[in-house]
Amino acid sequence: MSSPEWKNPVIKWVDTRLPVFSLMHHSTAGYPSPRNLSYWWNFGSLALTVLIVMVLTGIFLVMNYTPHVDMAFDSVERIMRDVNYGWLIRYVHMNGASMFFIVVYVHIFRGIYYGSYKGPREILWILGVVIMLLMMGTAFMGYVLPWGQMSLWGATVITNLFSAFPIVGDFIVTLLWGGFSVDNPTLNRFFSLHYLLPFVLFAVVGLHLWALHSVKSNNPLGVEIKQPEDAIPFHPYYTIKDLFGMSLFFMFFLFFVFWAPNFFGEPDNYIPANPMVTPAHIVPEWYFLPFYAILRAITFDFLWIIPAKLGGVLAMFASILVWIALPWLDRSKVRSARFRPVYKWFFWVLVADFVFLGYLGKMPAEQPYVIMAQLATLYYFAHFLVVLPLMAKLEKSVELPESIAAAVLKKGDA
Amino acid sequence: MRKLIIAAVAALTMSMGTAQASGEYHPDFKEASWSFEGFFGRYDQAQLRRGYQIYSQVCSACHGLRLLSYRNLSDLGFTEDEIKEIAAEKSVRVPHDEVGAELNDDGEFFTREAKPSDRFVSPFPNDAAAIDANGALPPDLSLIAKARIGGPHYVYSFLMGYAEEIPEEVSSQKGFTVNEDKNFNLYYPGYYNSMPSQIYDEMVEYEDGTPMTADQHAKDIVAFLNWAAEPELDERKSLGLKVMLFLLVLTAMLYALKRKIWADVKH
Ligand code: HEC
Ligand code: HEM
Repeated sequence: MSSPEWKNPVIKWVDTRLPVFSLMHHSTAGYPSPRNLSYWWNFGSLALTVLIVMVLTGIFLVMNYTPHVDMAFDSVERIMRDVNYGWLIRYVHMNGASMFFIVVYVHIFRGIYYGSYKGPREILWILGVVIMLLMMGTAFMGYVLPWGQMSLWGATVITNLFSAFPIVGDFIVTLLWGGFSVDNPTLNRFFSLHYLLPFVLFAVVGLHLWALHSVKSNNPLGVEIKQPEDAIPFHPYYTIKDLFGMSLFFMFFLFFVFWAPNFFGEPDNYIPANPMVTPAHIVPEWYFLPFYAILRAITFDFLWIIPAKLGGVLAMFASILVWIALPWLDRSKVRSARFRPVYKWFFWVLVADFVFLGYLGKMPAEQPYVIMAQLATLYYFAHFLVVLPLMAKLEKSVELPESIAAAVLKKGDA
Repeated sequence: MRKLIIAAVAALTMSMGTAQASGEYHPDFKEASWSFEGFFGRYDQAQLRRGYQIYSQVCSACHGLRLLSYRNLSDLGFTEDEIKEIAAEKSVRVPHDEVGAELNDDGEFFTREAKPSDRFVSPFPNDAAAIDANGALPPDLSLIAKARIGGPHYVYSFLMGYAEEIPEEVSSQKGFTVNEDKNFNLYYPGYYNSMPSQIYDEMVEYEDGTPMTADQHAKDIVAFLNWAAEPELDERKSLGLKVMLFLLVLTAMLYALKRKIWADVKH
């Protein structure tokens, strides 16, 4: 779509020198979106909203936070007790991290259900995976900052994983720690990186949106926009729909902030970090649990070359990295699960498997949980590496509608 | 079918929160309720004052509240003068006097009376002294109501959980051994605790006519400890109600607007 003729002389003057107004027009009123997007398509804008909320609350937290092992815990409590509305800022930031993952998990599984990763959206999708990895790193380092028992011991367990890598392992761990255990230098570098990564996230989200705007949104039918009737301008239709969704979402988000601010947290993190006392159960935050279960599921050596610990670490990384290969593992021409009668079922089995892994990640590493985690992990990888490629060959899809407009205008008459 | 799956997923996630990781037997928490629980819940100021009375007369002999300042007691309705008096009973160390000397003529540290702006003075000079006097470290109680699974319900059950008889469910467990030197508590992880039972009828003298039963004492001290851990609770919930009301209206308006804008678009 071409840019409009700007009538206001000031706008026109600016726009011919720096086309910000044209850019804004292109990405709103001039941006065609499928007319049939469902509410599952709200979660991208929600994720961006949460990212902004996190950065804003984070900046205010930093004004009163002290990154030193002797003062970090107390400085956070000072924020909670003595800083004006400090409790609000901190609880929004704390619960915001959980909200971020809830929203992004929905966003990802939406993409998996509707085949949004398929061409021409591969790069868009891969940028999403990069975003997920950056989010995980940011959240992990943020959790260390209040310097409670789980901060210290969670950091100890997770950073220790890197020692599993042959040759370079110990070097990496020492580099992460800045010494020979999780201590003040670790806290300092994590603080620095925790402030940096969200801005890297912004940059990658920018690329993600750039890619989106060039390939356009997929939609529940999985049929591309082919004609003008298939699309409507993003503004005002999706701006208002996103705003409505955002308002609903904030009610959900703030319910936790005001009435159950520690619902997602671990009580142990209200005990100051103590290197001499190991907590009875070290559990990561809920959003890492499925991956933590996969990590712990590998209790055996692979072919005598890969020891169990390394195997676990590799499996954990692979469980996310396999998403990158998704566009090439699923060769079915049909995007949306609506028209894939078999895939639809396997999608829900995958969701159940993933949630089950999350449950197992919370359980102690003993039987029967270990064997269950091993089976669930096996299934997780089988879904991507065996089920999807086979299904692309064997599944008979239902006939696709001719176009978005054809499908939408047929149903009902009003 | 999809509904069924969603229900199953929801059930699983719910059970994730409550699942106790250790296999050790502990009964469910004892029944108790507080005014500060629930959507509209607020602290009961009279109860907080009774709880403070218990803390200052009993628990403060061993436990600190280092994250609170004396001035915070204004939340409980103490006047400025009362708070000054309470603070002045304690003394805090002064690093040096006006001329820079660190020790007085007797070779001791300088001290001054505590002020309302000072943090609560802990009973022992350091952890080692506290352990030496008590056999184990009495934890600082500032955050205890947030630092245990079950929060106030755990603390209440713990305080009321000392038992003479060891129940069958506990003693029949593999590896359970009686420890004569410590105190048996049904709720404490590992059962044996260095703190003797603290709560009994008429442990302190209430001035407001509230019955002085062990149970009432326990509820009062727990309410106070919950306030110590989340003094912002009243303000948080009342701001929450206003924000929710605002969002409800905003959401309704945005929904109406959305309906209007989309009215002539089939989708
Ligand atoms: C004589 C000293 C003493 C007094 C008085 C005392 N405690 Fe304790 N308390 C201890 C010690 C010591 C421990 C640590 C026990 C251990 O670790 O085995 C402890 C532990 C605790 C714990 C932690 C339990 C846990 O789950 O770790 C709580 C809660 C507690 N006390 C509450 C109170 C309250 C409330 C009072 C006042 C009614 C009180 N205590 C009075 C010595 C005392
Ligand atoms: C900070 C986190 C993220 C932000 C802010 C973000 C933002 C957005 C936005 C605004 C959209 C358009 C609206 C929508 O389709 O819902 C979008 C689309 C998309 N995102 Fe993300 N995203 C994030 C993370 C991810 C992740 C982790 C993935 C996948 C691994 C992902 C994959 C996609 C895909 C495939 C689309 C196109 C969807 C479609 O049109 O069907 N995103 N993203």
